Amino acid sequence: MKLPTLREVGTEARLLLIGIPIFLWTMIPIYHMFLFAISPKEDAFSGKLWPDHPTLHNFEIVFKQQHYFLRDFYVQFWNSLVIAAAVGVLTLVIATAAAFSISRLRVPGGRIVMNLALFTYFIPAAFLAVPMYRTMGNYGLLNNHWSLILAMVTIASPYAIWVLKQASDKLPVELDEAAVMDGATTLQIFRLVYLPLMMPSLVAIGTYAVLLAWNEYLYAFLLLSNDREITLPVALGNFLAADDSPWELLMTTGFIYALPPAAIYYAFRRYMVGGLTAGAVKS
Amino acid sequence: MAITLSGDQSIPTPPLSSRLTTTQIWGIALIAPYLLVFLAFVVYPVCYGLWLARAPSNYVALYNDPIFARAAVNTLIFLVIGINIKMLIALFLSGFFAQQRTWIKWLSVVFILPWAVPSIPTILSVRFMFNPEWGVVNHLIFNFTGDDGPNWLNDPTVALTMAIGVHIWKSLPFWTLILMTGRLAIAQDLFEAAEVDGASWWQKFRFITWPSMQTLYITCTLLSMIWTLGDFNSVYLLTGGGPADLTHVLSTLGIRYLRLDQLSLSMASIVCAMPFVLPLVYYMMKRLSR
Repeated sequence: MKLPTLREVGTEARLLLIGIPIFLWTMIPIYHMFLFAISPKEDAFSGKLWPDHPTLHNFEIVFKQQHYFLRDFYVQFWNSLVIAAAVGVLTLVIATAAAFSISRLRVPGGRIVMNLALFTYFIPAAFLAVPMYRTMGNYGLLNNHWSLILAMVTIASPYAIWVLKQASDKLPVELDEAAVMDGATTLQIFRLVYLPLMMPSLVAIGTYAVLLAWNEYLYAFLLLSNDREITLPVALGNFLAADDSPWELLMTTGFIYALPPAAIYYAFRRYMVGGLTAGAVKS
Repeated sequence: MAITLSGDQSIPTPPLSSRLTTTQIWGIALIAPYLLVFLAFVVYPVCYGLWLARAPSNYVALYNDPIFARAAVNTLIFLVIGINIKMLIALFLSGFFAQQRTWIKWLSVVFILPWAVPSIPTILSVRFMFNPEWGVVNHLIFNFTGDDGPNWLNDPTVALTMAIGVHIWKSLPFWTLILMTGRLAIAQDLFEAAEVDGASWWQKFRFITWPSMQTLYITCTLLSMIWTLGDFNSVYLLTGGGPADLTHVLSTLGIRYLRLDQLSLSMASIVCAMPFVLPLVYYMMKRLSR
């Protein structure tokens, strides 16, 4: 083993000089949240970088719903879960059908629909929030989980259709032709040829829609307001309403809320990076 | 009928087989769900919103509202300064993360965390860090200097800067990742040839990296600008538009008007952004639908 040259040491030092600030910048807000979650109340507010007596007591309070702000924790967690799952499934169904129709069946006007969808994708979602809120009121869906589910499906579908259409354009036409030769019906082609080949993209899009719905705050707090109807992020936002909010409990709940998406992200990272970021910006 | 000079190009129309019709019926049936969603939750709300914002008096009221002017300026600062700083850092970091080192691989896994976790808890975490009385930042300042730290979020300039900081914290990993994909697609032999010719790192960047990443970089910047217009969380959860409504951006202002029951003003403020948004959106749509 040879000793590193001075030049190599210099390069490594310079890389570290960039790497360490990146690490601190990334981790400080997350560490701060974690610190609150494991600190007893008196330590949390004393500005220590590590609590004198780390504890899981905060988690116990959250899981036993032993605080005014947390009395509906499980209901709200369940709401978040159901809504995210419903958005994932509905987006997949609607977007896969549309992408199959546009890309494989070449439905007349498919290109226009694709462009309209892309247009919706680029309009910032926050701009659509106020009219969407009124629309849901007109439809009589406010405070109903369906309002948030449908709103999130509306927001997730355009990108889903676009990514799925890109992926399905890459499948060779000969596949469909061969299946037609063998006497397959359109439905059989969809089920037996198309869906299995599209699996990686479907996983990516399903994950995308689920995470989008789980993380959504603005639409959730506009469309849902009863304590037993709201999702977790709205409940977290409601903590801020009081001046004496129990920060350590807020951060603990936030930590629990942040775990599932982080886990999903890392579990499907391969699909996410391949299926989403590569497709996100076509140069 | 098209008249061609060569004359005899008659194209026989294919017979309309029943097969084609069934395919078309399936095509329409499969695209129908999305069209329904689109009509019910995009077309109808947009038309309804435009109808609400139709009265010219709304725009006079907006023009006379100092909070609107301030929000418009804040939005511009957010987009022009914030996004460009973010994209420059992303461009720089994409080069850093493209280095082949084990520890940099691991760092990139950590680096993606802000993007992977929901923004509400992390933004609130930052908000607490800078709380003037109990926040850890002012505690540290007190421990080191013996003086009370500043009331961070009570100064509109500092508060807006921090909102931009939070936005950068959240979305930097995503753009770094995308720019890194672009960077890794550049053929390595170009760099090797440049190395042989004794090019400096700046020359390598200027004449190899930048020309091949230019289009990607500009597309990303525009896309990030459009999306950042809709970044509600960074401002709302950190400053709530305060102090004294001085840190609003257009997306939080719309919600503020809604809260005050001034629905038509809320819609009008969004309509005001359209002359800037629509050309950008149209340009992006053209690019991506090719």
